[in-house]
Amino acid sequence: MDVAIVGVGLHPFGRFGDTTAIEMGAVAIRKALADAGVEWKDIEFAFAGSYEVDNPDAVVALMGLTGIPFTDVYNGCATAASALTLAANTIRLGESRLGIAVGMDKHPPGAFGADPRLYACPEWYGDVGQFVTTKFFGMKINKYMHDHGISERTLARAAAKNYRNGSLNENAFRRKPLSEDEILGSPYLNYPLTQYMFCSPDEGAAAVILCPAEDAHKYTSTPIYLRATTVRTRRLGAFEVHHPWLPIEETVGPTVDASRAAYEMAGIGPDDVDVIQLQDTDAGAEIIHLAENGFCADGDQEQLYADGATEIDGPLPVNTDGGLIANGEPVGASGLRQIHEIVLQLRGQAGDRQVPGDPRVGYTQLYGAPGTAGVSILTR
Amino acid sequence: MATVPVAEGVFTFPSDDPQLIGSRCADCGMVTFPAQGSCPRCGSTGMEEHLLARRGSLWAWTTQSFPPPPPYAGPAGKDFVPFGVGYVVLGDEVKVEARLTEHDPEKLAHGMEVELVLVPFRTDDDGNEVVTFAFRPAAPGPHAAHQRGRQ
Ligand SMILES: [Zn+2]
Repeated sequence: MDVAIVGVGLHPFGRFGDTTAIEMGAVAIRKALADAGVEWKDIEFAFAGSYEVDNPDAVVALMGLTGIPFTDVYNGCATAASALTLAANTIRLGESRLGIAVGMDKHPPGAFGADPRLYACPEWYGDVGQFVTTKFFGMKINKYMHDHGISERTLARAAAKNYRNGSLNENAFRRKPLSEDEILGSPYLNYPLTQYMFCSPDEGAAAVILCPAEDAHKYTSTPIYLRATTVRTRRLGAFEVHHPWLPIEETVGPTVDASRAAYEMAGIGPDDVDVIQLQDTDAGAEIIHLAENGFCADGDQEQLYADGATEIDGPLPVNTDGGLIANGEPVGASGLRQIHEIVLQLRGQAGDRQVPGDPRVGYTQLYGAPGTAGVSILTR
Repeated sequence: MATVPVAEGVFTFPSDDPQLIGSRCADCGMVTFPAQGSCPRCGSTGMEEHLLARRGSLWAWTTQSFPPPPPYAGPAGKDFVPFGVGYVVLGDEVKVEARLTEHDPEKLAHGMEVELVLVPFRTDDDGNEVVTFAFRPAAPGPHAAHQRGRQ
Protein backbone atom coordinates (compact mmCIF):
# COMPACT_ATOMS: atom_id res chain seq x y z
CA MET A 1 0.00 0.00 0.00
CA ASP A 2 1.31 3.44 -0.88
CA VAL A 3 1.58 5.95 1.94
CA ALA A 4 0.87 9.67 1.63
CA ILE A 5 2.00 12.63 3.72
CA VAL A 6 -0.95 14.97 4.19
CA GLY A 7 0.33 17.30 6.88
CA VAL A 8 3.64 18.69 8.11
CA GLY A 9 4.47 20.99 10.99
CA LEU A 10 7.64 22.47 12.44
CA HIS A 11 8.60 24.32 15.61
CA PRO A 12 11.52 26.56 14.60
CA PHE A 13 15.02 25.22 15.34
CA GLY A 14 17.35 27.21 17.59
CA ARG A 15 17.44 28.22 21.26
CA PHE A 16 14.18 28.87 23.07
CA GLY A 17 14.92 29.55 26.74
CA ASP A 18 12.59 27.74 29.10
CA THR A 19 10.33 26.23 26.44
CA THR A 20 10.46 22.46 26.90
CA ALA A 21 10.97 19.87 24.17
CA ILE A 22 7.46 18.54 24.87
CA GLU A 23 5.99 22.01 24.36
CA MET A 24 7.86 22.36 21.07
CA GLY A 25 6.60 18.92 20.05
CA ALA A 26 3.03 20.05 20.71
CA VAL A 27 3.54 23.15 18.55
CA ALA A 28 4.82 21.01 15.67
CA ILE A 29 1.88 18.59 16.05
CA ARG A 30 -0.69 21.43 16.05
CA LYS A 31 0.84 22.88 12.89
CA ALA A 32 0.77 19.48 11.18
CA LEU A 33 -2.85 18.92 12.23
CA ALA A 34 -3.83 22.33 10.84
CA ASP A 35 -1.92 21.60 7.64
CA ALA A 36 -3.86 18.34 7.19
CA GLY A 37 -7.15 19.88 8.32
CA VAL A 38 -7.67 17.28 11.04
CA GLU A 39 -7.91 17.25 14.83
CA TRP A 40 -5.83 15.39 17.39
CA LYS A 41 -8.78 13.08 18.13
CA ASP A 42 -8.63 11.91 14.48
CA ILE A 43 -5.07 10.58 14.92
CA GLU A 44 -5.12 6.79 15.35
CA PHE A 45 -1.48 6.15 16.28
CA ALA A 46 1.79 7.99 16.88
CA PHE A 47 5.55 7.48 16.94
CA ALA A 48 7.76 10.01 18.71
CA GLY A 49 11.52 10.39 18.54
CA SER A 50 13.79 12.11 21.06
CA TYR A 51 17.29 11.87 22.53
CA GLU A 52 16.80 14.04 25.60
CA VAL A 53 13.19 13.17 26.44
CA ASP A 54 12.71 9.64 27.81
CA ASN A 55 9.00 9.57 27.04
CA PRO A 56 8.13 12.03 24.28
CA ASP A 57 4.65 10.43 24.20
CA ALA A 58 4.01 12.63 27.27
CA VAL A 59 3.07 15.24 24.67
CA VAL A 60 -0.46 13.78 24.98
CA ALA A 61 -0.74 15.79 28.21
CA LEU A 62 -0.80 18.88 25.98
CA MET A 63 -2.66 17.38 23.03
CA GLY A 64 -5.30 15.18 24.61
CA LEU A 65 -5.30 11.78 26.30
CA THR A 66 -7.05 9.83 23.57
CA GLY A 67 -5.60 6.42 24.42
CA ILE A 68 -3.95 5.80 21.03
CA PRO A 69 -0.98 3.44 20.60
CA PHE A 70 1.97 5.83 20.98
CA THR A 71 5.51 4.42 20.64
CA ASP A 72 8.72 6.22 21.52
CA VAL A 73 11.75 5.71 19.27
CA TYR A 74 15.41 6.48 19.73
CA ASN A 75 17.92 5.52 17.03
CA GLY A 76 20.73 8.06 17.22
CA CYS A 77 20.86 10.62 14.40
CA ALA A 78 18.53 8.32 12.42
CA THR A 79 15.81 8.60 15.10
CA ALA A 80 13.41 10.56 12.91
CA ALA A 81 13.94 8.23 9.96
CA SER A 82 13.09 5.31 12.23
CA ALA A 83 9.94 7.02 13.55
CA LEU A 84 8.85 7.79 9.99
CA THR A 85 9.59 4.25 8.77
CA LEU A 86 7.60 2.74 11.65
CA ALA A 87 4.69 5.11 11.05
CA ALA A 88 4.67 4.32 7.32
CA ASN A 89 4.80 0.59 8.01
CA THR A 90 1.89 0.91 10.43
CA ILE A 91 -0.19 2.45 7.61
CA ARG A 92 0.97 -0.33 5.27
CA LEU A 93 -0.28 -2.94 7.75
CA GLY A 94 -3.74 -1.64 6.91
CA GLU A 95 -5.18 -1.44 10.40
CA SER A 96 -4.83 2.29 10.96
CA ARG A 97 -5.68 5.07 8.52
CA LEU A 98 -4.20 8.23 10.05
CA GLY A 99 -1.04 8.48 12.09
CA ILE A 100 1.68 10.93 13.09
CA ALA A 101 5.45 10.84 13.46
CA VAL A 102 6.85 13.57 15.70
CA GLY A 103 10.39 14.40 16.77
CA MET A 104 11.49 16.80 19.49
CA ASP A 105 14.69 17.67 21.32
CA LYS A 106 16.36 20.27 23.50
CA HIS A 107 20.10 19.69 23.79
CA PRO A 108 22.51 21.50 26.06
CA PRO A 109 25.20 23.43 24.09
CA GLY A 110 28.48 21.79 23.10
CA ALA A 111 29.62 18.43 21.78
CA PHE A 112 27.72 15.40 23.01
CA GLY A 113 29.25 13.63 25.99
CA ALA A 114 28.29 10.06 26.82
CA ASP A 115 29.61 6.85 28.39
CA PRO A 116 31.60 4.99 25.71
CA ARG A 117 30.59 1.66 27.26
CA LEU A 118 27.05 2.37 26.07
CA TYR A 119 28.43 2.25 22.51
CA ALA A 120 30.29 -1.05 23.01
CA CYS A 121 33.56 0.90 23.39
CA PRO A 122 35.99 0.47 26.32
CA GLU A 123 35.94 2.98 29.17
CA TRP A 124 39.52 4.16 28.50
CA TYR A 125 38.43 5.26 24.99
CA GLY A 126 36.58 8.16 26.61
CA ASP A 127 39.22 8.75 29.30
CA VAL A 128 41.95 9.47 26.71
CA GLY A 129 39.73 11.78 24.64
CA GLN A 130 38.94 9.65 21.59
CA PHE A 131 35.20 9.25 22.23
CA VAL A 132 34.46 12.39 20.20
CA THR A 133 32.14 12.36 17.20
CA THR A 134 33.62 15.45 15.56
CA LYS A 135 37.08 13.90 15.25
CA PHE A 136 35.58 11.00 13.32
CA PHE A 137 34.12 13.46 10.81
CA GLY A 138 37.53 15.17 10.59
CA MET A 139 39.29 11.88 9.85
CA LYS A 140 36.68 10.73 7.35
CA ILE A 141 36.70 13.89 5.21
CA ASN A 142 40.49 14.33 5.51
CA LYS A 143 41.00 10.86 4.04
CA TYR A 144 38.26 11.43 1.46
CA MET A 145 39.91 14.69 0.34
CA HIS A 146 43.26 12.93 0.07
CA ASP A 147 41.81 10.01 -1.91
CA HIS A 148 39.54 12.02 -4.23
CA GLY A 149 41.16 15.43 -4.65
CA ILE A 150 38.72 17.62 -2.72
CA SER A 151 40.01 21.00 -1.45
CA GLU A 152 39.33 22.93 1.74
CA ARG A 153 37.72 25.61 -0.46
CA THR A 154 35.05 23.08 -1.42
CA LEU A 155 34.31 22.44 2.26
CA ALA A 156 33.83 26.19 2.68
CA ARG A 157 31.59 26.36 -0.40
CA ALA A 158 29.30 23.68 1.04
CA ALA A 159 29.06 25.43 4.42
CA ALA A 160 28.57 28.91 2.89
CA LYS A 161 25.79 27.55 0.68
CA ASN A 162 23.97 26.17 3.73
CA TYR A 163 24.28 29.41 5.72
CA ARG A 164 23.03 31.28 2.65
CA ASN A 165 20.04 28.93 2.31
CA GLY A 166 19.40 29.22 6.05
CA SER A 167 19.18 33.00 5.70
CA LEU A 168 16.11 32.40 3.46
CA ASN A 169 14.46 30.12 6.04
CA GLU A 170 12.46 31.80 8.83
CA ASN A 171 12.63 28.57 10.90
CA ALA A 172 16.45 28.24 10.80
CA PHE A 173 18.81 28.64 13.78
CA ARG A 174 21.62 30.39 11.89
CA ARG A 175 20.22 33.03 9.56
CA LYS A 176 23.37 35.08 8.85
CA PRO A 177 25.23 34.31 5.63
CA LEU A 178 28.94 33.60 6.17
CA SER A 179 31.56 34.00 3.46
CA GLU A 180 33.83 31.17 2.40
CA ASP A 181 36.81 33.08 3.79
CA GLU A 182 35.13 33.60 7.18
CA ILE A 183 34.43 29.86 7.29
CA LEU A 184 37.99 28.95 6.29
CA GLY A 185 39.35 31.51 8.76
CA SER A 186 37.55 30.15 11.81
CA PRO A 187 39.66 27.88 14.06
CA TYR A 188 40.19 24.25 13.17
CA LEU A 189 38.23 22.01 15.55
CA ASN A 190 39.28 18.76 13.89
CA TYR A 191 41.50 19.33 10.87
CA PRO A 192 40.49 20.07 8.10
CA LEU A 193 37.11 21.03 9.60
CA THR A 194 36.81 24.51 11.07
CA GLN A 195 34.32 25.75 13.66
CA TYR A 196 31.90 27.16 11.08
CA MET A 197 31.88 23.91 9.08
CA PHE A 198 30.06 22.06 11.89
CA CYS A 199 26.41 22.05 12.91
CA SER A 200 25.55 22.52 16.58
CA PRO A 201 23.15 20.64 18.81
CA ASP A 202 20.09 22.83 19.48
CA GLU A 203 16.33 22.66 20.02
CA GLY A 204 13.27 22.12 17.88
CA ALA A 205 10.48 19.80 16.79
CA ALA A 206 8.81 18.56 13.62
CA ALA A 207 5.80 16.41 12.84
CA VAL A 208 4.44 14.55 9.80
CA ILE A 209 0.92 13.12 9.34
CA LEU A 210 0.51 10.02 7.16
CA CYS A 211 -2.39 8.07 5.69
CA PRO A 212 -2.99 5.48 2.96
CA ALA A 213 -2.52 7.05 -0.48
CA GLU A 214 -6.13 6.29 -1.38
CA ASP A 215 -7.35 8.52 1.47
CA ALA A 216 -5.00 11.42 0.76
CA HIS A 217 -7.39 13.62 -1.18
CA LYS A 218 -9.77 13.68 1.79
CA TYR A 219 -7.19 15.88 3.52
CA THR A 220 -5.26 17.77 0.88
CA SER A 221 -5.14 18.66 -2.79
CA THR A 222 -1.35 18.27 -2.72
CA PRO A 223 -0.50 14.90 -1.16
CA ILE A 224 3.13 13.88 -1.18
CA TYR A 225 3.75 10.16 -1.54
CA LEU A 226 6.36 8.35 0.51
CA ARG A 227 7.83 5.98 -2.08
CA ALA A 228 10.54 4.53 0.14
CA THR A 229 11.87 4.71 3.68
CA THR A 230 14.87 2.62 4.68
CA VAL A 231 17.16 2.32 7.68
CA ARG A 232 20.48 0.45 7.57
CA THR A 233 23.34 -0.06 10.02
CA ARG A 234 27.05 -0.43 9.29
CA ARG A 235 28.52 -3.67 7.99
CA LEU A 236 31.94 -5.01 8.99
CA GLY A 237 34.58 -2.90 7.26
CA ALA A 238 32.63 0.37 6.99
CA PHE A 239 34.51 3.45 8.30
CA GLU A 240 32.21 4.59 11.11
CA VAL A 241 32.03 6.78 14.18
CA HIS A 242 32.93 5.40 17.65
CA HIS A 243 35.11 2.52 16.51
CA PRO A 244 38.38 2.05 18.45
CA TRP A 245 39.55 -0.18 15.60
CA LEU A 246 38.59 -1.20 12.07
CA PRO A 247 39.26 -4.41 10.15
CA ILE A 248 41.59 -4.42 7.14
CA GLU A 249 38.70 -5.36 4.87
CA GLU A 250 36.71 -2.33 3.68
CA THR A 251 33.14 -1.89 2.53
CA VAL A 252 30.70 0.92 1.81
CA GLY A 253 28.91 2.74 4.63
CA PRO A 254 25.30 2.26 5.76
CA THR A 255 24.21 5.32 3.77
CA VAL A 256 25.11 3.51 0.53
CA ASP A 257 23.16 0.44 1.63
CA ALA A 258 20.12 2.48 2.74
CA SER A 259 20.25 4.53 -0.46
CA ARG A 260 20.41 1.57 -2.84
CA ALA A 261 17.56 -0.14 -1.00
CA ALA A 262 15.45 3.02 -1.17
CA TYR A 263 16.00 3.50 -4.91
CA GLU A 264 15.04 -0.12 -5.48
CA MET A 265 11.94 0.16 -3.28
CA ALA A 266 10.83 3.35 -5.04
CA GLY A 267 11.73 2.30 -8.57
CA ILE A 268 13.40 5.69 -8.86
CA GLY A 269 17.04 6.50 -9.59
CA PRO A 270 19.28 9.39 -8.52
CA ASP A 271 18.86 11.03 -11.96
CA ASP A 272 15.14 11.39 -11.26
CA VAL A 273 15.62 13.34 -8.01
CA ASP A 274 14.87 17.09 -8.14
CA VAL A 275 15.57 18.24 -4.56
CA ILE A 276 17.90 16.70 -1.97
CA GLN A 277 18.35 16.78 1.82
CA LEU A 278 21.62 15.28 3.11
CA GLN A 279 23.04 14.87 6.63
CA ASP A 280 25.54 17.73 6.92
CA THR A 281 26.75 17.23 10.46
CA ASP A 282 29.73 19.00 8.94
CA ALA A 283 30.47 20.37 5.48
CA GLY A 284 32.55 17.30 4.67
CA ALA A 285 29.69 14.94 5.45
CA GLU A 286 27.47 16.67 2.88
CA ILE A 287 30.21 16.31 0.26
CA ILE A 288 30.74 12.60 0.98
CA HIS A 289 26.99 11.94 1.18
CA LEU A 290 26.43 13.49 -2.24
CA ALA A 291 28.44 10.60 -3.71
CA GLU A 292 27.25 7.95 -1.24
CA ASN A 293 23.65 8.60 -2.30
CA GLY A 294 24.47 8.23 -5.97
CA PHE A 295 24.26 11.87 -7.05
CA CYS A 296 27.85 12.02 -8.34
CA ALA A 297 31.07 10.03 -8.51
CA ASP A 298 33.72 10.39 -5.78
CA GLY A 299 35.76 13.50 -6.54
CA ASP A 300 33.20 15.16 -8.83
CA GLN A 301 32.14 17.36 -5.93
CA GLU A 302 35.17 19.62 -6.43
CA GLN A 303 33.76 20.83 -9.75
CA LEU A 304 30.07 20.56 -8.81
CA TYR A 305 30.40 22.95 -5.85
CA ALA A 306 32.60 25.34 -7.84
CA ASP A 307 29.91 25.42 -10.55
CA GLY A 308 27.09 26.06 -8.08
CA ALA A 309 25.40 22.76 -8.96
CA THR A 310 24.17 22.25 -5.38
CA GLU A 311 22.58 25.71 -5.09
CA ILE A 312 18.78 26.12 -4.95
CA ASP A 313 18.74 26.96 -8.68
CA GLY A 314 21.35 24.33 -9.64
CA PRO A 315 20.76 20.86 -11.07
CA LEU A 316 21.43 19.18 -7.66
CA PRO A 317 19.85 21.45 -5.01
CA VAL A 318 21.10 20.20 -1.63
CA ASN A 319 19.86 21.32 1.79
CA THR A 320 17.62 24.08 0.47
CA ASP A 321 16.55 25.02 4.03
CA GLY A 322 20.16 25.33 5.20
CA GLY A 323 20.54 21.73 6.36
CA LEU A 324 21.96 20.90 9.77
CA ILE A 325 24.63 23.58 9.43
CA ALA A 326 22.01 26.36 9.49
CA ASN A 327 19.31 24.57 11.48
CA GLY A 328 21.40 22.76 14.07
CA GLU A 329 20.59 19.24 15.14
CA PRO A 330 17.85 18.48 17.64
CA VAL A 331 18.47 14.78 17.08
CA GLY A 332 14.92 13.50 17.42
CA ALA A 333 13.49 16.14 15.08
CA SER A 334 16.24 16.58 12.49
CA GLY A 335 15.06 13.98 9.99
CA LEU A 336 11.47 15.18 10.11
CA ARG A 337 12.72 18.72 9.38
CA GLN A 338 14.21 17.23 6.21
CA ILE A 339 10.83 15.71 5.31
CA HIS A 340 9.07 19.01 6.12
CA GLU A 341 11.32 20.87 3.68
CA ILE A 342 10.91 18.30 0.90
CA VAL A 343 7.12 18.39 1.29
CA LEU A 344 7.13 22.21 1.00
CA GLN A 345 9.42 22.03 -2.04
CA LEU A 346 7.29 19.41 -3.84
CA ARG A 347 4.10 21.39 -3.09
CA GLY A 348 5.74 24.57 -4.43
CA GLN A 349 5.35 26.26 -1.03
CA ALA A 350 9.00 26.92 -0.18
CA GLY A 351 8.83 30.67 -0.81
CA ASP A 352 12.17 32.43 -1.29
CA ARG A 353 14.02 29.13 -1.35
CA GLN A 354 11.69 27.33 -3.77
CA VAL A 355 13.56 25.12 -6.23
CA PRO A 356 12.52 26.25 -9.74
CA GLY A 357 11.18 23.95 -12.41
CA ASP A 358 8.27 22.32 -10.57
CA PRO A 359 10.23 19.63 -8.64
CA ARG A 360 8.50 16.23 -8.50
CA VAL A 361 10.92 13.94 -6.63
CA GLY A 362 12.59 14.62 -3.26
CA TYR A 363 15.21 12.70 -1.32
CA THR A 364 16.33 12.75 2.33
CA GLN A 365 19.28 11.07 4.07
CA LEU A 366 20.24 10.90 7.74
CA TYR A 367 23.44 9.50 9.21
CA GLY A 368 24.75 9.19 12.73
CA ALA A 369 26.43 7.30 15.52
CA PRO A 370 27.33 4.52 15.77
CA GLY A 371 26.88 3.96 12.02
CA THR A 372 23.17 4.17 11.20
CA ALA A 373 21.62 5.72 8.10
CA GLY A 374 18.08 6.42 6.97
CA VAL A 375 16.86 7.38 3.49
CA SER A 376 13.43 8.49 2.25
CA ILE A 377 12.21 9.14 -1.29
CA LEU A 378 9.13 11.28 -1.80
CA THR A 379 7.15 12.22 -4.92
CA ARG A 380 4.17 14.36 -5.81
CA MET B 1 54.51 8.39 42.76
CA ALA B 2 54.27 5.44 40.39
CA THR B 3 53.60 5.13 36.68
CA VAL B 4 50.38 3.28 35.84
CA PRO B 5 48.65 2.38 32.54
CA VAL B 6 45.38 4.11 31.62
CA ALA B 7 43.70 0.69 31.85
CA GLU B 8 44.79 -2.92 32.32
CA GLY B 9 45.00 -5.18 29.29
CA VAL B 10 45.32 -2.44 26.65
CA PHE B 11 49.11 -2.64 26.16
CA THR B 12 51.93 -4.69 27.64
CA PHE B 13 53.19 -2.88 30.75
CA PRO B 14 55.78 -2.35 31.98
CA SER B 15 57.80 -3.11 28.89
CA ASP B 16 60.78 -1.66 27.02
CA ASP B 17 59.00 -2.46 23.75
CA PRO B 18 55.30 -2.03 24.53
CA GLN B 19 52.75 -3.71 22.31
CA LEU B 20 49.00 -3.29 22.02
CA ILE B 21 47.02 -6.30 23.22
CA GLY B 22 44.42 -7.41 20.71
CA SER B 23 42.61 -10.64 20.10
CA ARG B 24 42.46 -13.07 17.19
CA CYS B 25 39.57 -15.32 16.21
CA ALA B 26 40.62 -18.98 16.23
CA ASP B 27 37.96 -19.74 13.63
CA CYS B 28 38.28 -17.01 10.98
CA GLY B 29 41.48 -15.13 11.86
CA MET B 30 39.78 -11.77 12.51
CA VAL B 31 41.99 -9.48 14.61
CA THR B 32 40.40 -6.94 16.99
CA PHE B 33 41.63 -4.18 19.26
CA PRO B 34 41.18 -4.09 22.17
CA ALA B 35 40.70 -7.80 22.90
CA GLN B 36 37.08 -8.85 22.92
CA GLY B 37 35.26 -12.06 23.76
CA SER B 38 33.56 -12.78 20.48
CA CYS B 39 34.25 -12.24 16.80
CA PRO B 40 32.45 -9.42 14.93
CA ARG B 41 32.89 -11.27 11.63
CA CYS B 42 31.81 -14.85 12.40
CA GLY B 43 30.35 -14.65 15.92
CA SER B 44 32.77 -17.24 17.34
CA THR B 45 33.59 -17.00 21.04
CA GLY B 46 37.01 -18.58 20.44
CA MET B 47 39.07 -15.39 20.71
CA GLU B 48 42.74 -15.64 21.70
CA GLU B 49 45.07 -12.91 22.95
CA HIS B 50 47.17 -11.49 20.13
CA LEU B 51 49.93 -8.87 20.39
CA LEU B 52 49.94 -6.27 17.62
CA ALA B 53 52.85 -4.92 15.57
CA ARG B 54 54.61 -1.84 16.98
CA ARG B 55 55.01 -0.06 13.63
CA GLY B 56 52.49 0.66 10.95
CA SER B 57 51.24 3.23 8.48
CA LEU B 58 48.81 6.08 9.05
CA TRP B 59 45.52 5.31 7.25
CA ALA B 60 43.41 8.29 8.32
CA TRP B 61 44.07 11.24 10.64
CA THR B 62 42.83 14.50 12.09
CA THR B 63 43.62 16.80 15.00
CA GLN B 64 41.78 17.32 18.28
CA SER B 65 42.08 21.05 18.79
CA PHE B 66 39.59 21.51 21.66
CA PRO B 67 39.30 19.67 25.00
CA PRO B 68 36.88 16.77 24.51
CA PRO B 69 33.75 16.73 26.69
CA PRO B 70 33.51 14.29 29.60
CA PRO B 71 34.28 11.43 30.08
CA TYR B 72 37.63 12.79 28.82
CA ALA B 73 39.84 12.82 31.91
CA GLY B 74 42.98 14.53 30.60
CA PRO B 75 44.21 18.11 30.96
CA ALA B 76 41.48 20.64 30.14
CA GLY B 77 41.15 24.40 30.12
CA LYS B 78 44.47 26.22 29.79
CA ASP B 79 46.34 22.98 30.42
CA PHE B 80 44.83 21.30 27.34
CA VAL B 81 47.34 20.38 24.66
CA PRO B 82 45.96 19.59 21.18
CA PHE B 83 46.75 16.12 19.92
CA GLY B 84 46.49 14.16 16.70
CA VAL B 85 44.19 11.17 16.22
CA GLY B 86 44.40 8.56 13.51
CA TYR B 87 43.89 5.00 12.41
CA VAL B 88 47.11 3.04 12.02
CA VAL B 89 47.33 -0.12 9.90
CA LEU B 90 49.28 -2.66 11.97
CA GLY B 91 50.78 -5.78 10.43
CA ASP B 92 48.15 -5.90 7.68
CA GLU B 93 45.88 -7.30 10.41
CA VAL B 94 43.91 -4.43 11.90
CA LYS B 95 43.52 -0.64 11.90
CA VAL B 96 43.83 0.79 15.41
CA GLU B 97 42.55 4.24 16.35
CA ALA B 98 45.04 6.07 18.55
CA ARG B 99 46.34 9.39 19.70
CA LEU B 100 49.23 10.75 17.63
CA THR B 101 52.08 12.59 19.32
CA GLU B 102 52.10 15.05 16.42
CA HIS B 103 49.23 17.50 15.89
CA ASP B 104 50.71 19.83 13.26
CA PRO B 105 48.88 19.07 9.98
CA GLU B 106 52.07 19.95 8.11
CA LYS B 107 53.84 17.04 9.79
CA LEU B 108 51.15 14.42 9.27
CA ALA B 109 50.41 12.58 6.02
CA HIS B 110 48.32 9.65 4.90
CA GLY B 111 50.55 6.59 4.57
CA MET B 112 53.37 7.87 6.75
CA GLU B 113 55.16 5.34 8.93
CA VAL B 114 54.49 5.55 12.68
CA GLU B 115 55.50 3.60 15.77
CA LEU B 116 53.93 2.88 19.14
CA VAL B 117 55.05 4.81 22.23
CA LEU B 118 53.67 5.24 25.73
CA VAL B 119 53.11 8.87 26.69
CA PRO B 120 52.34 10.60 30.01
CA PHE B 121 48.70 11.58 29.91
CA ARG B 122 47.49 12.78 33.33
CA THR B 123 48.02 12.45 37.07
CA ASP B 124 45.44 10.37 38.92
CA ASP B 125 43.87 11.06 42.34
CA ASP B 126 46.67 9.13 44.08
CA GLY B 127 49.38 11.18 42.40
CA ASN B 128 50.37 8.43 39.98
CA GLU B 129 51.46 9.31 36.46
CA VAL B 130 48.96 7.73 34.06
CA VAL B 131 50.40 6.71 30.69
CA THR B 132 48.52 5.88 27.52
CA PHE B 133 49.50 4.71 24.06
CA ALA B 134 50.13 6.89 21.03
CA PHE B 135 51.88 6.68 17.68
CA ARG B 136 54.74 8.96 16.67
CA PRO B 137 56.26 9.54 13.25
CA ALA B 138 58.97 6.94 12.60
CA ALA B 139 61.96 7.11 10.32
CA PRO B 140 60.94 5.31 7.12
CA GLY B 141 62.18 1.72 6.99
CA PRO B 142 64.30 0.44 4.10
CA HIS B 143 61.25 -0.86 2.21
CA ALA B 144 58.91 2.03 2.93
CA ALA B 145 58.05 4.21 -0.02
CA HIS B 146 55.07 6.31 0.97
CA GLN B 147 53.52 9.39 -0.48
CA ARG B 148 54.08 12.15 2.02
CA GLY B 149 52.70 15.07 0.11
CA ARG B 150 49.18 16.38 0.51
CA GLN B 151 47.14 17.89 -2.25
ZN1 LIG C 1 35.75 -15.10 13.51
